[in-house]
Amino acid sequence: MRLNQTRPSELRDHERELHFFQLRIGVAGFAVLAAFALLFMRFVHLQVVHHDAYTSKAEENRISIVPIAPNRGLILDRNGVVLARNYSAYTLEIFPAKVRDLERTIQELGEVIDVQAKDRSRFRKLFAEMRNAESLPIRARLTDEEVARFAANRYRFPGVEIKARLFRQYPYGEIASHVIGYIGRINQKDQEKLAELEVEANYRGTDYIGKSGLEASYQQELHGTTGFEQVEIDAAGRGIRTLARTNAQAGNNITLTLDIKLQEVAEAAFGERRGALVAIEPSSGGVLAFVSKPGFDPNLFVDGIDPASWAELNNSPDRPLTNRAIAGIYPPGSTFKPYMAMAALELGKRTQKSAIHDPGYFEFGGRRFRDSKKGGNGYVDLYKSIVVSSDTFYYQLANDMGIDAIASFMGKFGFGAKSGIDLEGEATGVLPSPEWKQKRFRRPEQQKWYAGETVSIGIGQGYNAYTPIQLALAMATLAANGDMYRPRLASYIDNLRTGERRHIEPALLKRIALKAENVEFVKRAMAGVNKEGTGARAFGSAEYTNGGKTGTAQVIGMKQNEKYDEKKVAERHRDHSLFIVFAPLERPTIALIAIVENGGFGARAAAPIARTVLDYHMLGKLPDEDAAAAARGAAAAPARGEAAAGAQD
Amino acid sequence: MELAPFSARRIVQRFTGGIDGPLLALSLALVVLGLATLFSASYEQPARVTAQVSNLVVALAAMWLAARVPPQTLMRFAVPAYLVGIALLVAVALAGDVVNGARRWLHVGVARFQPSEMMKLALPLMLAWYFHKNESTLKLRDFTVAALLLALPVLLIARQPDLGTAVLVAAAGFYAIFFAGIGWKILAALGVLGLASLLPLWGMLHDYQRRRILTLIDPTQDPLGAGYHTIQSTIAVGSGGITGKGWLHGTQTHLEFIPEKHTDFIFAVYSEEFGLIGNVVLLTIYALLIARGLMIAANAATFFARLLAATITLMFFTYAFVNMGMVSGILPVVGVPLPFVSYGGTALLTLFISIGILMSIRSHRQLVQT
Repeated sequence: MRLNQTRPSELRDHERELHFFQLRIGVAGFAVLAAFALLFMRFVHLQVVHHDAYTSKAEENRISIVPIAPNRGLILDRNGVVLARNYSAYTLEIFPAKVRDLERTIQELGEVIDVQAKDRSRFRKLFAEMRNAESLPIRARLTDEEVARFAANRYRFPGVEIKARLFRQYPYGEIASHVIGYIGRINQKDQEKLAELEVEANYRGTDYIGKSGLEASYQQELHGTTGFEQVEIDAAGRGIRTLARTNAQAGNNITLTLDIKLQEVAEAAFGERRGALVAIEPSSGGVLAFVSKPGFDPNLFVDGIDPASWAELNNSPDRPLTNRAIAGIYPPGSTFKPYMAMAALELGKRTQKSAIHDPGYFEFGGRRFRDSKKGGNGYVDLYKSIVVSSDTFYYQLANDMGIDAIASFMGKFGFGAKSGIDLEGEATGVLPSPEWKQKRFRRPEQQKWYAGETVSIGIGQGYNAYTPIQLALAMATLAANGDMYRPRLASYIDNLRTGERRHIEPALLKRIALKAENVEFVKRAMAGVNKEGTGARAFGSAEYTNGGKTGTAQVIGMKQNEKYDEKKVAERHRDHSLFIVFAPLERPTIALIAIVENGGFGARAAAPIARTVLDYHMLGKLPDEDAAAAARGAAAAPARGEAAAGAQD
Repeated sequence: MELAPFSARRIVQRFTGGIDGPLLALSLALVVLGLATLFSASYEQPARVTAQVSNLVVALAAMWLAARVPPQTLMRFAVPAYLVGIALLVAVALAGDVVNGARRWLHVGVARFQPSEMMKLALPLMLAWYFHKNESTLKLRDFTVAALLLALPVLLIARQPDLGTAVLVAAAGFYAIFFAGIGWKILAALGVLGLASLLPLWGMLHDYQRRRILTLIDPTQDPLGAGYHTIQSTIAVGSGGITGKGWLHGTQTHLEFIPEKHTDFIFAVYSEEFGLIGNVVLLTIYALLIARGLMIAANAATFFARLLAATITLMFFTYAFVNMGMVSGILPVVGVPLPFVSYGGTALLTLFISIGILMSIRSHRQLVQT
């Protein structure tokens, strides 16, 4: 209407204006196309160029890998008796990240479920050690009733959950605790070790790891292979469904050479006394019994030991956590003498007929080395020197042989070297030699080897210091006429999935070249020890052939000419009692060492234990309880006369 | 009855008169894609789809009505609509409901609505009216007045704070001024001025607005906070690939990784499930819709109609561009729905009224020829 009134010139204006407008429309259209082209390029960038990257991001978003921890392999004794097994139980676990006030939550949990002070302190200890652990147990082994009670109160405890977990259990408790060891929660140090071995991935979802004993040394075998479940999750992290599953493969079962019955007999024979016992099959190196007393209950460690129990074990003067059989170091005392005799014969320093007159002492460099038998044993030949355990004979012999010859011969029998048993934490001990002294001491006057020091080496004193496993290995090697097999606890390993059984073959470490007649002679002398000598009281009545040697090891140094009076010496400063034995004489099936700390004379404390173990091994005879108790009683309160009468070492 | 076929055709013609086929077809195509995507995004709330269908029915009715209102009549609404809009914005500032920390909503009886939404149409109407009134003598003074008319609602909306809507309303006003014929030199000068004012403007922004802009530059800086939306929506788009994961098969969508997946982020769902091909289809439909709108504008009868049609059309473009740009991570996250696709009654109503207005402008273009 308005336009109808326009004049021609205005119409031209209007057309120019329209043209102008349409130009702007064109510009706008072009801008739109440019913007859409930009979007298109962005889409190509995201959906074509970087499609793969975004796809994997989307997959990472939605798929969570949930590890499935494998069942740990079992540990069984040589007859298939289970020594370490798994059982399923409910634990109450706290997810620290999801809990606001830990202390209050634990406090309130205590109203619903029995949470004791030791549970709390254990939880705090775990929490301090493993700050970034996803969940930590506050209570283990819930009863069905407790599970039901918590379930009813669940809403009050966000971040607290009941989990079904597999637990390790050691049905024999303290028995063989140092052999089997225990598992515990994986800590920072374990984590680093796993990283070093590059097996971290296989430990995802696993909370426990072997900490000591076979549980530690066969960790990789026992662990198995972790399985994985791919779970689709939503943005809130809730599992929607399982996409794929790779089952876990249980760890391998390990069967030992150890006989748990024999072990029980041995541990019972020790009673409350401290010490160690290692029994080896000489023809294979298989360990039949392995005792370190006192032991501990490995079940305490399984779900994290509470600090009170830990302190008790750790601070006890009896040191129950030390594996004496491989880490305890003792002078061998007179159990060293058969090897000295062996050396003398092999090196031609003595013959079977060599004899001395024993006045009760040996004089060297103006110093008098005392024999433990006052007045001496009179005429002493090589055989008698072992049977009656003449010190004078071996003082002299050591002096004649010299330290280098002794060290080199004893080294062959494994003295002062790790035996290589399949346990961790073995000590080396000390095989004394001028070289060792040179390395061991700093000051020049200490570094020098004095000839006088060689003398007491001959009777297993002085710097001599060996682990029970070394002494057992030497005994086994002698029993096997010089064949040395690496001591081992594992007999075979079963892979349950493939059914494959892997035998751990006896490892012959060396054959020591020994003359048969010499070996025969020393064995005969050792048999004499148990028939008519220092071991006769314990072994005289044995119904099988055997050979042994008593030993008494000084704990504190005695001044020259000082008389050792058992009653005056504090219990912990009393001599250690040692006994080595093998049986039968022909084709021995067992060689063992028994050490009773502060047990006094070897014949008195260690020999009866050895006898009990051998009786069971050779005859299947269980110790008569009364007799065993009597033997222990006798050991604890030695008859006065006996010491004087020549229960001599 | 012999007259029946004749009168029936007449009734149909009467009913469909003024309806533009291409506009209707293109906008309905978008709505159909939107409903399909909404169905996928709302598996846990299927009622959303039916709700959106009823929204559509209302919106189509409104379009039909708007299509028969001649532009001249519409022009009379311009000033009152603008004034009411401003009054409502002031009311919101004084007595609005606070939702998510922003005062945007106004209670009207039982319903709540956002007056800022109304401004998206009221401002272009007002400016078109103003320029039309002064058509023959447009001078710098007129553009200054227009700028003030623009600035008033924009500032009110920005204060709420609702930066997204403020920018969109400002864009609408700018388009009107641009089509009214503001000189290129002035435009360039304004551009420079605008850039220069960015710094003081930054100081006026709320923290969350700054964070949104900063996270745009690097969304990974705050992956669980402000960057989460962008990261997850880009993953959705990118993982869609060329062909997409298939309808109802978007993992990002169905596992709840995409926030606001029915409304502002529905394009992430669409793009994840239909891929690059789907995106090209969507861009093409928008391009055709915009082309049709610009064509109508170019052929409109009056200055008012031209400005209004062009501005409305470019608003469609702006919504679509800003939304897709934000979802694909090249623009900051602002609350802009994808036109015709996102779930939401108010937006759909406004959009179809706009379509109706375009139709009306188209059917009244003959005035020039008479």
